[in-house]
Amino acid sequence: MSHNVKGLLGEKLGMTQVWDENNRVVPVTVVKAGPSVVTQVRTPEIDGYSAVQIAFGAIDPRKVNKPDAGHFAKAGVTPRRHIVEVRTPDASEYTLGQELTTEIFETGQVVDVVGTTKGKGFAGVMKRHGFHGLRATHGVNKKHRSAGSIGGCATPGRVFKGMKMAGRMGGDRQTTQNLKVQAIDAERGLILIKGAVPGPKGGLVFIHTAVKEAQQ
Amino acid sequence: MKTLDVVDASSFRDDIPAFRAGDNLKVYVKVVEGNKTRVQMFQGVVIGRHGSGLGETFTVRKVSYGVGVERKFPVHTPIIEKIEVASRGDVRRAKLYYLRGLKGKKAKIRELRETPKEVAKSEG
Repeated sequence: MSHNVKGLLGEKLGMTQVWDENNRVVPVTVVKAGPSVVTQVRTPEIDGYSAVQIAFGAIDPRKVNKPDAGHFAKAGVTPRRHIVEVRTPDASEYTLGQELTTEIFETGQVVDVVGTTKGKGFAGVMKRHGFHGLRATHGVNKKHRSAGSIGGCATPGRVFKGMKMAGRMGGDRQTTQNLKVQAIDAERGLILIKGAVPGPKGGLVFIHTAVKEAQQ
Repeated sequence: MKTLDVVDASSFRDDIPAFRAGDNLKVYVKVVEGNKTRVQMFQGVVIGRHGSGLGETFTVRKVSYGVGVERKFPVHTPIIEKIEVASRGDVRRAKLYYLRGLKGKKAKIRELRETPKEVAKSEG
């Protein structure tokens, strides 16, 4: 944690395309990010680590429970729907109630985007793990999309833990690393990120400075 | 995709004439050579338009020295200097892929003649 991390919550609006300076098509995801507010500043003296807590999204004040309402009141802000923490050594430079907007990022910067992937329901092994399934012909009967063998017989006499099988797919937290910020529309609070980001349209995404940026 | 209209608005071009499959187009394309830019014309028959919105593309086919050449352009790409509609074609398909298998006189597309009725309708 040597370099400063900046983070912002936002809503994924969808994908479109823009043309860059060389007139090449760039696929972009549009994220309506911010304004997020600082609700708490973590310091090594009190909390043992350095971080800044930010909150985002409108919520009906009647739906906020008393502990949360008190937490937001302490920061002097109206209640928000989502809260995340950004661990950064320069947390002390943030103040309670401070508004963060898209201006914390700049065009051309590399960011990581965290989201929750689209739920696919109960999916088979071909879709879920990329298995090839069984043959279409040569006597295969009603097993074209199945997995095949899942292990030995009397030795080991059980199925190993973690065996890839059918099951619930999607709806997992996923981080997509090293996406480029193509453009920023500060007026409308939009960030255009090159490439795809996890989650459905309208899904919550967390954009932060790329963790591997310093290594590049 | 209405939510993204504000993002797309700046990329849309309003100087593109209306055209459809069967039309003969003159597409003036900007070509970058080193640090110089010049304009090259690509003339041929539109064999289809694909997609919608900002990502819409169209395919132009011409026969050059007996070899069929097809070029696909995004409708709203900045590399197009301008588009001229040389002639309107009288076709009954939205996609003219059948032209790929034809040559000579069979690959010819009849020019669309505006009937007096249509002229009267557009004037009236």
